[in-house]
Amino acid sequence: MKFDPRHNYLHLNRQQRPPLLRRLHLDFLLLAGLGFLACIAFLILFSAGGQSSELLVRQMVRLLIAGGVMCAIAQIPPRLLNRYSPAFYIGTVVLLLAVLVMGEIGKGAQRWLDLGILRFQPSEFAKIATPMMVAWYLAEHPLPPSWKRLAMAGGLILLPTLMIAKQPDLGTALLVAAAGAAVVFFAGLSWRIMLGMAGAIGALLPAIWYNLHGYQRDRIRTFLDPEADPLGKGYHIIQSKIAIGSGGIFGKGWLNGTQARLDFLPESSTDFIFAVLAEEFGLFGCLSLLAVYLLIITRCLFIVLEAQNTYSRLLSGSLTLTFFVYVFVNIGMVIGVLPVVGVPLPLISYGGTSMVTLLAGFGILMSILTHNKRLLAGGSL
Amino acid sequence: MISAVGESNEQFKEYAGRWWFVLGLLTLCMMVLVGRSVELQVFNHQFLKHQGDLRHVGVVPVSAHRGKVLDRQGELLALSTPVKTVSVNPKEFQATPAQIAQLANLLGLDYKQVLAKVSPDSGRNFVYLARRIDPALAEQVQALNLPGLDFQREFRRYYPGGEVTSHVLGFTNIDDNGQEGLELAYNKWLRGTAGQRRVIHDGKQRIIEDVEDVRAAIPGKDLVLSIDQRLQYLAYRELKSAVLRHSAKAGSLVLLDAKSGEVLAMVNQPSFNPNGSRKEVQGSATRNRAVTDSFEPGSIMKPFAVACALELGTFRPETMIDTNPGTMLVAGNVVRDIHNYGVLDVSHVLQKSSNVGVTKIALTLPSERFWGFVNGLGFGDIAGLGFPGETAGKLRNYKNWGQFEQATLSFGYGISVSVLQMARAYAAFANDGLLPRAYLLKAENQEAPQRAMKRETAVTVRTMLEHVVSREGTALRASVPGYRVAGKTGTVKKSSVAGGYTEDSYLSVFVGMAPASDPRLVMIVMIDEPSAGEYYGGSVAAPVFSKVMSGALRLLNIAPDQQETVPLLEQGVGAI
Repeated sequence: MKFDPRHNYLHLNRQQRPPLLRRLHLDFLLLAGLGFLACIAFLILFSAGGQSSELLVRQMVRLLIAGGVMCAIAQIPPRLLNRYSPAFYIGTVVLLLAVLVMGEIGKGAQRWLDLGILRFQPSEFAKIATPMMVAWYLAEHPLPPSWKRLAMAGGLILLPTLMIAKQPDLGTALLVAAAGAAVVFFAGLSWRIMLGMAGAIGALLPAIWYNLHGYQRDRIRTFLDPEADPLGKGYHIIQSKIAIGSGGIFGKGWLNGTQARLDFLPESSTDFIFAVLAEEFGLFGCLSLLAVYLLIITRCLFIVLEAQNTYSRLLSGSLTLTFFVYVFVNIGMVIGVLPVVGVPLPLISYGGTSMVTLLAGFGILMSILTHNKRLLAGGSL
Repeated sequence: MISAVGESNEQFKEYAGRWWFVLGLLTLCMMVLVGRSVELQVFNHQFLKHQGDLRHVGVVPVSAHRGKVLDRQGELLALSTPVKTVSVNPKEFQATPAQIAQLANLLGLDYKQVLAKVSPDSGRNFVYLARRIDPALAEQVQALNLPGLDFQREFRRYYPGGEVTSHVLGFTNIDDNGQEGLELAYNKWLRGTAGQRRVIHDGKQRIIEDVEDVRAAIPGKDLVLSIDQRLQYLAYRELKSAVLRHSAKAGSLVLLDAKSGEVLAMVNQPSFNPNGSRKEVQGSATRNRAVTDSFEPGSIMKPFAVACALELGTFRPETMIDTNPGTMLVAGNVVRDIHNYGVLDVSHVLQKSSNVGVTKIALTLPSERFWGFVNGLGFGDIAGLGFPGETAGKLRNYKNWGQFEQATLSFGYGISVSVLQMARAYAAFANDGLLPRAYLLKAENQEAPQRAMKRETAVTVRTMLEHVVSREGTALRASVPGYRVAGKTGTVKKSSVAGGYTEDSYLSVFVGMAPASDPRLVMIVMIDEPSAGEYYGGSVAAPVFSKVMSGALRLLNIAPDQQETVPLLEQGVGAI
């Protein structure tokens, strides 16, 4: 039986009919988790942003736009996503090229493409387009992929990665590469190759080090020894640790954090917002937030596991892993287990484009889940 | 777990394995985050909380109110008023060009000047924008609400007496530390101790909230001077007008309480306004010449030679001395009088100020005794006012002087003294031979005056000095109607830079006391290089003495001691 998501279920009786959310191709658990994150975000942003309602309004507008994008994408069946993956990928690469060209003209770092009314970062598209493309490419043939196809997939990943790194935006470039690599990983890249590559990267570390920009090197040096320059480059991470540690188990209470509110904590409403939460709500707040993230990721992993075809599996696996990398890299940076890289805390940090990208990813995940004939037929949804 | 369409079992197993691997990895990462959170928030909580407090709780100094300076009647001579100082942290400063222009306009500064100060290129964290501005103006600046600006409360020193008291008081610098005069000498006493205040400040070092006073500022103590402001004004006015009238280079006047040695007035010319900009003040104008400068006193030394002779009994007031022919050879040098006075008694030697007469007296004195007598009157030692830069003058040791040096000492050459030293030494005549210490503070526990000569000697010399202020003497114009005045004039040839003495520049001095029957006040007036024709002590310095002394006697309600109803003396033209 051919399954049509736009099928009219009205002829089925109430018990047989899928619930409303399912018919809208949305998932209750993910929506609940994301909604909960949004609530936490408003709470902390109000405190971190100096109790300005203007900030909250703008964040709300972004959230609505991103939510709309998510719902829209959830309607597209994975089959279509698969079909249009190459087109989307090529389009993204063209836009990245445009950014580089304009950057050349503008003499300086250029990440934005200004279309007059619309300003956006094509590198954000790449975060989704790259795994889609690689998944499309690898799903065409039986897995595990051949050497030749692996090499091709590597090329598909490297092209946007290098273009973004050239902007220069190393953080996003690494995330794009990670998203592509995750697809290859799920496609069954042999463990031996992975070990070999890890070894190769290790051997290449000195070369990479010398190709980094000065500020990028400084960030890594600072991570290794923040006390070396406590008022300069180490300032962020030291202040962040102080804010988190001074929160204690139950925190200082909402709006009572001193480090963030007295301007000691830099970037308190963007990259370092986790420290504000930690200071005001303590360990209790940190664990609660991590629990919500865990809930979302668990649900995503379920989707990955139950996905019906190779393309869906690879893509959903990659999106889930990327989402987790965001969470881990941001919190890891704020609490000082990773170097400082400009990665926002998903759905909590104040900021625009990345939220749209993130929720677009969740739209794809929901689409994969809600177009799953087997789960629908089995009634387990 | 269900395999995908058309998938082999092995493929599926591989896929499921990877899924479990990812789950394990995620769990591990989550545990790292949780573990680190626990480490920071539970185990390092106290340390990090303390570190946080260190960063936002600070201690700032609270400047202490500097003590007032009062005259002996309690009149204000110096006081501190609160002002604001504006500083900027260029690293935090943010403003539009329009705001900077507004700031510059308010502070009365040049736009470019302000721009340079707030530029972060200097790499500095603290730059003064404007110091000690009116608190009302500071509030207007504060209202601009620019980040990076900081306001501190400070004090501005204000001297109501201006140039009249400037030499005695000195002044403070912008950090409220005394730089000259009594402000310097009693800086510790006046300054007080800065307090400390605990505050909460933000990451930009702006103070958000006062928490508590750690230590209250201890205000400086007040300083009460021996100066009488009324006499100080009077003395200043008269000295200034005399210096102007005679086109003199400088001048000093000191008025002492004869009994206690307290300085009632001490003024100098040229002076300066301590309330104005320091930049316009010339260094020489800030000198309290009466205390810091020394000069060759000339004839006003003569009474000391006479007193020494009387003290030793070698001369009596009526002893006759032959000054013919008005010149005398001493060790190959000529000592000369202006006229040939013939035969004079000791009293008339002073009245006529005969160099030959006093030389004849001095040459009879054993040099050690003469030196001891002069030194006992405070010459060659500092007067001990506690004033910065006080001079001791120069008194040559008797072992190194010959006959000529002994002769010149008797008529005031080859010795240098300060105006204050001379006033104090004359106080010994006024005080029946007792030499008081000199004081600038209204002292409660005064040292007992030391006896410098016998009572009879002092009284005798005083009587002789009264004859100087007479129609026959050199200082007619020093007289004060209703009071008996004793004193001595001096007209000193200034030594030239090249060595020897000049022919056309003089110091014009008068030192005296009143009422002569029981002197209460001693005053010295010294005018340096009068160059408008007159230069004799009796015509330049004496009239100033007369005017200031008559005013002072009346202001202090001192009873007249002269019975004549008709003024004994006619004052010079223009003087009343």
